[in-house]
Amino acid sequence: MLTKKVKNRILFLTFVFLLSSASIIFIIKSLNKNILYFSSPSEIKQREDITFGKAMRVGGMVKKDSIIVNKKNIQFTVTDFENEILIIYSGTVPNLFAEGKGVVAEGKLRDKNFFIADRILAKHDENYMPPEIKGIIEKNVK
Amino acid sequence: MLSNIGIGLVVLIIILSFLTIYSAGLNLKSSTQVVKKDIYKLSLFQTTFTILSFFTLIIGFINSDFSLINVYENSHTTKPFFYKIAGTWGNHEGSLLLWINILVIFSYLFLVFGHTHEKKFRLYTLIFQNILILGFLFFLLLNSNPFNSIYPIPLEGLGLNPILQDPALAIHPPLLYVGFVGCSIYFSAAMASLVSGYGGKLFAKSIKTWVKISWSFQTLGIIVGSIWAYYELGWGGFWFWDPVENASLLPWFAITALMHSLIVLEKRNVLYSWVIILCLSTFILSVTGTFLVRSGILNSVHTFASDPSRGIYILLFLSVMIFSALIIFFIKYKKENYNFNFNSKETFILANNWFMVFFLVTVLIGMLYPIFLDVLTNVKISVGPPFFNIVIIPLIAPVMILMAIGPKFGWIKSQNKIFYKILFLILGAVVINLFILYFFGKYSLLSNLIFTTAIFLILHSLLDAKKFINSKNKTELPRVISHLGFGLLVFFIGVNHQFSLEEDFNLKVGEIKKTTNYTINFENIKIKESKNYKAVIGNFKLTNLKNNLIQYLNPEIRIYSNPETLTYEAAIKTRIASDIYLTMSNVSRSDYYNIKFQNKPFMIWIWISALMIALGGFMRLTLKKNED
Repeated sequence: MLTKKVKNRILFLTFVFLLSSASIIFIIKSLNKNILYFSSPSEIKQREDITFGKAMRVGGMVKKDSIIVNKKNIQFTVTDFENEILIIYSGTVPNLFAEGKGVVAEGKLRDKNFFIADRILAKHDENYMPPEIKGIIEKNVK
Repeated sequence: MLSNIGIGLVVLIIILSFLTIYSAGLNLKSSTQVVKKDIYKLSLFQTTFTILSFFTLIIGFINSDFSLINVYENSHTTKPFFYKIAGTWGNHEGSLLLWINILVIFSYLFLVFGHTHEKKFRLYTLIFQNILILGFLFFLLLNSNPFNSIYPIPLEGLGLNPILQDPALAIHPPLLYVGFVGCSIYFSAAMASLVSGYGGKLFAKSIKTWVKISWSFQTLGIIVGSIWAYYELGWGGFWFWDPVENASLLPWFAITALMHSLIVLEKRNVLYSWVIILCLSTFILSVTGTFLVRSGILNSVHTFASDPSRGIYILLFLSVMIFSALIIFFIKYKKENYNFNFNSKETFILANNWFMVFFLVTVLIGMLYPIFLDVLTNVKISVGPPFFNIVIIPLIAPVMILMAIGPKFGWIKSQNKIFYKILFLILGAVVINLFILYFFGKYSLLSNLIFTTAIFLILHSLLDAKKFINSKNKTELPRVISHLGFGLLVFFIGVNHQFSLEEDFNLKVGEIKKTTNYTINFENIKIKESKNYKAVIGNFKLTNLKNNLIQYLNPEIRIYSNPETLTYEAAIKTRIASDIYLTMSNVSRSDYYNIKFQNKPFMIWIWISALMIALGGFMRLTLKKNED
């Protein structure tokens, strides 16, 4: 028969195993609830199953002469050189935000042409281009 | 000229590393019990030349010697002197040289200070450390050489990213590097321990100090980075669960677990294999983090220098490191006897380890999942802060309870007397929490739990601190300070999070904005010319409607000339009870300025309590001599 020591050991290992699997399941579950999908304006146009009201990211280049600032917010158009989307944002933009530069906006889609952002991301480094936007430009500008 | 000196020195260091490995190998075969004098000399030469090569690069930066590509790309003659020096490690190539410096210096120090340990173990450590050094030296020479020259010599450099021209960021990389690269020495020591069979308590003693050093520096480095983010980035936050921050947190979790389980190994001579795994993974995680960040695979807002070609080399190096570590581990693995009493200190330390590993896995999954998904399905996603907050924050509560009561338990078995005290303190914590809840506003059930446990940890640690300050035996004091610091940190972050005010609005010059507690009067703007930038300074008159206190705030928009960059400098008024934080920004020269106004309670206390955690680590180092 099993000695007490072996029994304790099995008990300990089962406990560790259960605890680990429970925590992994918990992590994966919360992960699925909190991911943000990235789309380009073209993808938003094309996709049928797009969800409104769920946080997501949209990115591309800030269109030339499209920035309008008023008392409440700032509006600008993001383009991937095929389609565009209007973005409204109230808050501080990062220092490298400018016309003709890459930008990633985080927020919610109102409809297929209109996006309300609650965070604007741009880089600290003026030579840097987010990989997502790099992909868009390589695809559309030749 | 400098280029030749620099490359010459690097080649010399490579030769010295090979020589060190060779003579250490010879020494291993000989029957003597001591490490040969020659090896000390070789190691000392290696250290001297490495430091010299770093100074060569610093001189290049000070003299703005643009014959070096690295200086040309990252410096400028008009840059202030201090940032010329700091610019040396403010770029990829220079920071790699700093990395190698730390590898070499730690290698030498371990050799010298480890003289009480077995010869075989020390020599193997030296060999493994030198293999690491060689790996990074070749990387430096072949892919990221800071001494590459450029011809014709440019007259002016491109300048350093102005956002990096900041005192906190000048000391942040060296601190973090001592922390991360310092882990290399017990990576090597762990490998050496496996190969030479020098395990158990003695092994724990040999690496104890080094673990404390790297832990303290890592902690301090992360805090300094966080402080920088707070006042330089203009968002008013200090932690964003950004991939770069996560990359720095991974080794920190591993090393925190290591530091605790090392105590068990030293006192009870169990958990040897687990300690080895932690030693190996701490440095592997440090390199992984560097790889992910430097290769540009991770999409982060703080990435400054990224280039995929570097990634391939580091990845290769990393795989070799992991594979050889795993192979040696499994060949040399010896079965251990665990014999635990659940009612003892070990249980608590194991619990600490379980939580640390859990946090580590969480952050790792959150970090890597988007990369895998992108590679497998080409779907681009990012994992936001809510994920980390949901998974990690609730578990902070049990961690804090364990942090308070764990150290009270004796080795082997404990008595039940202390339970009454704990019960009493929990009651006190609940009362204080309810008091805050009643007088200052509502918050969620989870926040209640976090506040209560944080207060419990604080009360408990304060009682401990009082006891240890009065007694002669101060060995436990550093631990109490670190744990108290953690409790305070969680408490103040909680308060800060619950009671922060934030307002975003756009104003023209001369306009006034009224919020619930303040009126903000945008009086005027001024232009100021500085040495390497031009600044637009806003003048804001802030009136607190509750007590009619008037304050003037002067946020800036700086236009740097080299390279041409805009930065927003926040105006921060720090007081004991709260920070007033105001940033002003402008897009496309519109008449409207965007104003971000925040009132953040207890900011200064967040820094103080975080620094206390690191302070505990440093105190442990100084107390070391009177210990045992």
